[in-house]
Amino acid sequence: MNQFLAFIKKEFFHIYRDKRAILILLVMPIAQILLFGFAISTDVKNIKTAILAPKHTEMMERLAEEIDQNPRFDFVGFLQIENEIDNYLRTNKADVTITFPANFENEVYSGLDNRVCISVNATDPNTASIESNYIAQELYNILSEKTMKGIEPQVSPINVHLMYNPQMKSSFNFVPGIMGLIMILICAMMTSVSIVREKESGTLEVLLVSPMKPFSIMIAKMVPYFGLACINLVSIMILAYYVLDVPLTGSLFWIIAISLLYIILALSLGLLISTLAETQIAAMLISAIVLMMPIILLSGMIFPSESMPPILEYISKIIPTRWYISAMRKLMIQGVSIQYALKEVYILLGMTAFIIAITIKKFKIRLE
Amino acid sequence: MADVICVNGLTKRFGDFVAVNNITFSVKEGEIFGFLGANGAGKTTAMRMLCGLSFPSEGTGTVAGFDIAKQSEKIKKHIGYMSQKFSLYEDLTVMENIQLYAGIYGVEKETMKRESTALLKKLDFENKKDTLVSSLPLGWKQKLAFSAAIFHHPKIVFLDEPTGGVDPATRRQFWEMIYETAANGITIFVTTHYMDEAEYCNRVSIMVDGKIEALNTPKNLKEQFHVDSMSKVFDQLARRAKRGE
Repeated sequence: MNQFLAFIKKEFFHIYRDKRAILILLVMPIAQILLFGFAISTDVKNIKTAILAPKHTEMMERLAEEIDQNPRFDFVGFLQIENEIDNYLRTNKADVTITFPANFENEVYSGLDNRVCISVNATDPNTASIESNYIAQELYNILSEKTMKGIEPQVSPINVHLMYNPQMKSSFNFVPGIMGLIMILICAMMTSVSIVREKESGTLEVLLVSPMKPFSIMIAKMVPYFGLACINLVSIMILAYYVLDVPLTGSLFWIIAISLLYIILALSLGLLISTLAETQIAAMLISAIVLMMPIILLSGMIFPSESMPPILEYISKIIPTRWYISAMRKLMIQGVSIQYALKEVYILLGMTAFIIAITIKKFKIRLE
Repeated sequence: MADVICVNGLTKRFGDFVAVNNITFSVKEGEIFGFLGANGAGKTTAMRMLCGLSFPSEGTGTVAGFDIAKQSEKIKKHIGYMSQKFSLYEDLTVMENIQLYAGIYGVEKETMKRESTALLKKLDFENKKDTLVSSLPLGWKQKLAFSAAIFHHPKIVFLDEPTGGVDPATRRQFWEMIYETAANGITIFVTTHYMDEAEYCNRVSIMVDGKIEALNTPKNLKEQFHVDSMSKVFDQLARRAKRGE
């Protein structure tokens, strides 16, 4: 046991004396959360909105005012004739225009022909669909307040309820993704690099000649990174909850339990990489190319895996991060109980067992 | 005196390649045993088997009284090892390195404190104990690495080209440490490329193509080959090698 503690102490010295490592391990996760939470987001703000209303009534005025007050929209003015819609969109004076039918005001309560037309500049299709959703939602909200008679306004025959994330904040989506990415980075990349560094410096040889069992050397190497990953887990969750207002609605116990499972998985991946790589650069490259790229592109962190071509979707299924992110979204954002995320838990458990099995096998071969 | 290393017909195969071919020798307690050979002659493989890092394909052997095929864990407790890279942690201080090796070999805390203080005094390192190893000169690192390797009083210490890249004066000092250690009863098993160092050994074995071609005291070897230096003995033997580097 003393042997083990002496070894862990040494690992802490390594990390503590390497300022770059500290920066990567402790500052980067926080910076990433803040960056993705505030700066890099798919939220759309300041949508320039114009209204074409045949009758310039008091209700239209109030509507325009309400829209202008919402930080998401900038009201740019009333249009007189239909030709102006094209003109406004072409010259980028407006991103969105709303056209009300002539007799809208009377029929909004009677439910006859009251179709509202929303025109959006769809040069960027993602932004366009987000904008049109916002507008539809906003109109629905405003009009339901206006009626106040308990009658559903008939703006649209389809009522859209945005469940779990009514404000459509993209940070809700990013936080689980970043957690998935950071754990891999810290546990897999840093652990593998630190083991391979000892191979390069020749100290691993000395350790293997020592009475310390090879497997306890590896476990002792993982302990500090496990600790750091836990610190990061806590700091990310605190930031997510208090700064980004991510709800963390589900069971905190399960969120942490699944995260710990994922950390163990990432650590064993790091160990596996260290048995494959002979130099620190190779370990970095394997981590970056085999782990980071697929995680960022295919795990569903940014692009939904459901909308990928079938072959990429299959590849995404073998990426552990995909399942972790999916489980975290269910538990943190949707707030469902664990039984709806059991599939993910089983898959992660299976993957962990599989990686550990290969690692042990590889590790024995290498020793011989 | 008793044999601390005793090897009989030791062979290691990697597929068709026979890295170590049927070697037999023994090393006595307190002896300085030089293990020589050109690159690729099989020295490292043989040494790995003796240290319990690799299983022999054939043959038997004991190190410190334990079977190399079955009791490698016990062997590891009773040997020390120093490689040509000096195997210290550059980002740890002198004291932290000593503590680490003491900890790994399970040296008691009290013993460790007492002996590390004595060691630092002996090496004249007292004011360097909190210095990072990376800032020490090469000769100092070498001394420290050797001291760390024998800190737990092993029966045998394996030195794998311990003087690589060190200047002649420092090498002489290092050999003084080796003599002192051997005088205290620790057996020295050393590989080297420097033939002047081979002269310092009590006995020398020379490996060529996986086999031990010569094993005797430096004096006898020189007589046997009718030459005046170990370097010439080695040249004669190494010329027989058929394996490339």
